[in-house]
Amino acid sequence: MFRAAERPPVLHKAGADRRVAPHLSDYAATRASFSWDAIRRELLGPSAGTVNIAHLAVDRHAAGAQGERTAFRFLPASGAARDVSYAELARLTNRFANVLAALGVMKGERVFVLCGRIPELYTAVLGGLKRGAVVSPLFSAFGPGPIAMRIGIGAGKVLVTTEALYRRKVEKVRAEMPTLEHVILVSDDGTPTAVSGTHDFGALMAAASDRFNCEPTRGEDMALLHFTSGTTGRPKGAVHVHGAVVTHYATGRYALDLHAGDVFWCTADPGWITGTSYGIVAPLLHGVTSVVDVGDFDAERWYSILEQQQVTVWYTAPTAIRMLMKAGPELARKRAYPALRFVSSVGEPLNPEAVWWGKDVLGLPIHDNWWQTETGGIMVSNYAALDIKPGSMGLPLPGVDAAIVERGPAGAPLRFVTEPGVEGELVLKAGWPSMFRGYLNEEERYRKCFREGWYLTGDLAKRDADGYYWFVGRADDVIKSAGHLIGPFEVESVLMEHPAVAEAGVIGKPDPVVGEMVKAFVSLKKGFEPSEPLRMELLGHARKRLGAAVAPKEIEFKPALPKTRSGKVMRRLLKARELGLPEGDLSTLEPES
Amino acid sequence: MTAPDMRAQVLACIKAIAPEFEASDLRTGRPLRDQVDLDSMDWVNFFAALGERLHMDIPEPDYAKLVTLEDLVAYLETRPRRTS
Repeated sequence: MFRAAERPPVLHKAGADRRVAPHLSDYAATRASFSWDAIRRELLGPSAGTVNIAHLAVDRHAAGAQGERTAFRFLPASGAARDVSYAELARLTNRFANVLAALGVMKGERVFVLCGRIPELYTAVLGGLKRGAVVSPLFSAFGPGPIAMRIGIGAGKVLVTTEALYRRKVEKVRAEMPTLEHVILVSDDGTPTAVSGTHDFGALMAAASDRFNCEPTRGEDMALLHFTSGTTGRPKGAVHVHGAVVTHYATGRYALDLHAGDVFWCTADPGWITGTSYGIVAPLLHGVTSVVDVGDFDAERWYSILEQQQVTVWYTAPTAIRMLMKAGPELARKRAYPALRFVSSVGEPLNPEAVWWGKDVLGLPIHDNWWQTETGGIMVSNYAALDIKPGSMGLPLPGVDAAIVERGPAGAPLRFVTEPGVEGELVLKAGWPSMFRGYLNEEERYRKCFREGWYLTGDLAKRDADGYYWFVGRADDVIKSAGHLIGPFEVESVLMEHPAVAEAGVIGKPDPVVGEMVKAFVSLKKGFEPSEPLRMELLGHARKRLGAAVAPKEIEFKPALPKTRSGKVMRRLLKARELGLPEGDLSTLEPES
Repeated sequence: MTAPDMRAQVLACIKAIAPEFEASDLRTGRPLRDQVDLDSMDWVNFFAALGERLHMDIPEPDYAKLVTLEDLVAYLETRPRRTS
């Protein structure tokens, strides 16, 4: 294999890369003629203003000739696959909507789901949407702290989880969640659960009818709540509405190039927005079959899924691709992937080596795309029909206007960067259907994300002379690990809860596989000395509260942390020192004692 | 090395990555990763630490077969030690 440095800057598509005619064959023409209203009419028909994601995703297909088509194929860690048809999914989600109705869950009330990628998760999310409840899927690797915090912010009324997760992560913090009225447990081994203060999922489902009239929600009614992290303060609950479904439909067509008959595999967990927008909603809207792997990442297993399930469209993440690259090309070449047609990736910038690796090893290049929890759907993408500039996130979707700006001081007008190759903040013209409609109960934080009708993404990027966008970095201290945002403040707060800790500063330390890993610097209170047992105690404390996905992987003791004159720990400086980079402007640094 | 010794070595490696973990909570025959909170990075680090501690090469393709603590101990007992 060559190194990317020896590769041409543009990966030209050949005829073989387009054996099914892509939906978006003429980018400029499609952009010029595109209208969200036309897509909305196509998807919704004459529905007189009612829009329900679950109805469009499931019931629309279940009733027709598509009803017996497989909606989800669940692959358990071992044993036989379980297929769920659109018709069966409609019945299951009707049952769950009835379960919620019987528990007194009203339209707009919050249902949290904390599970691995098991069938019940998909039933609960879609059934919750049918009921008109607001559904918030949480990542099952979160610890008790992040779980209780998010359910608290969202005023969760119902939690659906498994017995094992409940015992490990929820039981001991249940008192911290006073709004939580019902906990529904999915059995881990098939025998009914019997845990005091909870319901059994199977028993409730068995008692419920499989007929339900989907709640006639409107486009602006809240549907999903996805949490994301900022630099300071608590996690933010990004509010998404039923009308967002129009973007999911359009991007399924233009960015993922879904065609009838496709077998689609989105590897993301629904605890993150990719796993909901594209692991649940978009493929169902297009009536295709989705493969869901219940197990954890394993290179050999993933190649066998691609081959045996005859996956045609694959949507994955840079961390996974880099782990596959590490496992070596021989493993990939033991199998063949003649069905595979289109591969894309999201979560963090895909390095050019990985784009070319796809071409060499899978026979197909990998198409990077870019979006955020706040955007609800893919906004900038590489396309099946277009050449790729490896390392670039691609071109804005039809219907999406992007630009590069310099913000300037608060109150100053935005300066639009027109020169190619000049760095600035990526902004999007507000108003696409899946734009977040708020941060729950945080109007001020939401307002600050917009200026002059543009959404400020907080991501630094540049645009080249051909209009391709290139990611540069975050404008803030938020850590991006394995494609997920981690707020340093949430981690620091938990470390500070420990009696030995005086100060904590948390940064993202570059890592070749996960992008950045969480590293914490800690100074100790008087009377405590750095030691290995104390380091392990802090690590255990952080992991117990935060869970493996958020807790630091490294903790380093420092006699003192660099702070601004106003007493804020300077994460930027900790990071520069960790990386041996120039320390930059130190004018606000408090002299270190 | 006897099986109980090997088990102790494995548990020590888990504890180094997940200090909050209590061996007494482990249930026989259940997947390790369902009982200890290890993400994919922890999992890879765990095998690296184990290989180092036991002077063994544990190839990545084998990780997926090692689901329970019992699987892991049985597997490690058959692995050759590095001589250098």
